[in-house]
Amino acid sequence: MAETLLFYLLSALAIGTAALVIGQRNPMYSVMLLIASFGALSGLYVQLDAPFVAVAQIIIYAGAIMVLFLFVVMLLNAPQEDGATWDRTHPLRQPGVGRFGLLLAALLIVQLAWALSRVGQLDAAVGARGDAQAIASVRALGRVLFTDYMFAFEATSLLILVAMVGAVVLARREGDQ
Amino acid sequence: MIPLSHYLIVSAILFSIGSAGVFMRRNLITILLSIEIMLNAVNLSFVAFGRANGTVDGQILTFFVMTVAAAEAAVGLAIVIGLFRHRESLNPDAFTSLKW
Repeated sequence: MAETLLFYLLSALAIGTAALVIGQRNPMYSVMLLIASFGALSGLYVQLDAPFVAVAQIIIYAGAIMVLFLFVVMLLNAPQEDGATWDRTHPLRQPGVGRFGLLLAALLIVQLAWALSRVGQLDAAVGARGDAQAIASVRALGRVLFTDYMFAFEATSLLILVAMVGAVVLARREGDQ
Repeated sequence: MIPLSHYLIVSAILFSIGSAGVFMRRNLITILLSIEIMLNAVNLSFVAFGRANGTVDGQILTFFVMTVAAAEAAVGLAIVIGLFRHRESLNPDAFTSLKW
């Protein structure tokens, strides 16, 4: 019972803070609220017997990626959206088109809910199959990661190298050698 | 116990919030944050499916998604800094021309 209550509490927290993220005008508050959302999500990961993912979520997402975002927000020092100063006659800035994004998002929710309602076998409890101890163990995780997913793991290292070089090249001032 | 569909519904709502943010917001940083929300929604469904199947593969995929998110944030924010230098704005409407 407490588990179910915790699930709904964490889910409401994750969804509520995520909704507030896109409602804020100041990107600083958005980043802070997104950190809270990630914290709630990591609680859900603990409930799903994935403690290592929960810790990685806090360390990598809240600790590294969001700090990078905060760094850029502070560096650029542009707290407000300057919606009024740019061209209102642009075809994408018409009021009808502005509502279209909201309509598409609502349509996506309806579509996803409909798809979920059509798929069977989803009402079984999520923890019914498999051994929770085996799934939560970092040893099993590491063994699968370094055997079955070896190629993907190595490809990821190449991706990080490319991203690092790309970020350095893009953020460099023109004229610097 | 909580059924799998509940996790998937939470994931779907988070993904929709992220896509609504990408469509509606006029701030490059908030758009990048919305993309992070969408990636996290997908992560949640990966872990939920993996737990429902009793395997660790869902968690492994989550690590790859996190790596891609980190790489995307690094490159995306570098592009944002470059664009801000040219136009002193974070509004995507300011960057409608490729040449200036």
